[in-house]
Amino acid sequence: MPHWLQLMLESLGPLLWAALVFTTPLTLLSFTFGLIVGLGVALIRLFGPKPLVAVVRFYVWIFRGTPLLVQLFLIFYGLPSAGILLDAFPAALIGFTLNIGAYSSEIIRAVIGSVPKGQWEAAYSIGMTWSQAMRRTILPQAGRVAVPPLSNTFISLVKDTSLAAAITVPEMFQAAQRIVAVTYEPLILYVEAALLYLAMSSVLSALQTRLETRLNRYGGFLEARA
Amino acid sequence: MIGLTDIEKRFGDNVVLKGVSVAIAEGTVTALVGPSGGGKSTLLRCINLLEIPTSGTLRIGEETLAFRPGEKAASKDVQRLRRQTGMVFQNFQLFPHRTAIENVMEGLVTVLKWPAERARERALALLEKVGMAHKADAWPATLSGGQQQRVAIARALAPSPKVLLCDEPTSALDPELAQEVVDVLGQLASEGTTMVMATHDLRLASKIANEVVFLEAGVVVESGQAASLFANPQRERTKRFIATLRHEQESGGAA
Ligand SMILES: Nc1ncnc2c1ncn2[C@@H]1O[C@H](COP(=O)(O)OP(=O)(O)OP(=O)(O)O)[C@@H](O)[C@H]1O
Ligand SMILES: [Mg+2]
Repeated sequence: MPHWLQLMLESLGPLLWAALVFTTPLTLLSFTFGLIVGLGVALIRLFGPKPLVAVVRFYVWIFRGTPLLVQLFLIFYGLPSAGILLDAFPAALIGFTLNIGAYSSEIIRAVIGSVPKGQWEAAYSIGMTWSQAMRRTILPQAGRVAVPPLSNTFISLVKDTSLAAAITVPEMFQAAQRIVAVTYEPLILYVEAALLYLAMSSVLSALQTRLETRLNRYGGFLEARA
Repeated sequence: MIGLTDIEKRFGDNVVLKGVSVAIAEGTVTALVGPSGGGKSTLLRCINLLEIPTSGTLRIGEETLAFRPGEKAASKDVQRLRRQTGMVFQNFQLFPHRTAIENVMEGLVTVLKWPAERARERALALLEKVGMAHKADAWPATLSGGQQQRVAIARALAPSPKVLLCDEPTSALDPELAQEVVDVLGQLASEGTTMVMATHDLRLASKIANEVVFLEAGVVVESGQAASLFANPQRERTKRFIATLRHEQESGGAA
């Protein structure tokens, strides 16, 4: 067996373990919380009172306008100077959540706005309240349109979790770095890490396609036909 | 049973309804006719409060609500009146992510909190009535316009509204598809469903309307029994309008 293959196989265990214990939970949790934040921000921007709209616009402006790595450093290394001390994992989780919240809020705002106004009126006309119309009529249709852009965000997030290595989270990329530190084989290990990220993204893309097919079965908005 | 008293509706400086008063008896069909932009749709939407009148009083059955300029109607009151009505839209507006029967069940399950089984039974009976039971599980996107509109009628009827409001229910449809919708509405009328419909379709109006309200520039120009008003309009303006519609329809012009 060639040396490089042997090294890759030996490293696979530690890398997959790090992916399982840190990369995956970090991705899933921050995406879930990020979507909740994003939905809240989107609803405030669309329907909220002016002062609150200003606050959330400021939030989106900051988190979309500054590098994710800088945000993570600020939370993990910067906040302790202000008396807020966080462990590496929660710091990363907060950073990624706020970042996803900012990006997804723009997507969610756009797709909610893309549902034809007549759908609101149809929902009201059978007696629904605003929140019933939102939950039962608008969000399901908006959700379908949101799948491609939100999948993009999700796949980016999987890869971006490697940035957490820089604030000492022992996720997959950091596991690779550690092995490099003892084997002095950066090319082999970083290629392996890259391949593993590629594999994860590919699985997610395939899932996205299946989800889109499932959601497309009803044929989308009816407006175009009428 | 339905009373509109001195309804005024402004959009900014544009006064679209200028003190409209109409009384609609239970079990009658009232056609709203008149030139484009006359305020027919706005008047219908003021009955189910998709538009809130600027001033005036609305009564449906036992429920009454008065509007005053600058005063916001409480959403509870709006709901209370709106639930007395059902609405059929020009472009159907079925929920595309629900099947035909789910569309009809939606108001029963979500708003009236019926158990799903009971709602399904009623929905199926209504689909039967509009001749769509065989398509109960179809997605709206797979239905023709006429079929979509018939499902939409069943959806509007599901919560047993006191009045069915129809805004040009046939004007997005080809003539033969329009006919199937006219037939369904005619059947409902003969069963005593109270209806108010805005329409340019003389065939629809003369077939099923008892009463006609001629609305122009936000004012009721003439109103009365359909038979006599169509045959023998009193006002010059109404005469000319009806003649134009007849001419358009005979020459196969757009409805
Ligand atoms: N949401 C709105 N904002 C501003 N103006 C409006 C709005 N809705 C309707 N209008 C105006 O109100 C007037 C009456 O419109 P409405 O749609 O009620 O007429 P209509 O009689 O239904 O016409 P049509 O036969 O073309 O359907 C029009 O001048 C229209 O521009
Ligand atoms: Mg109209």
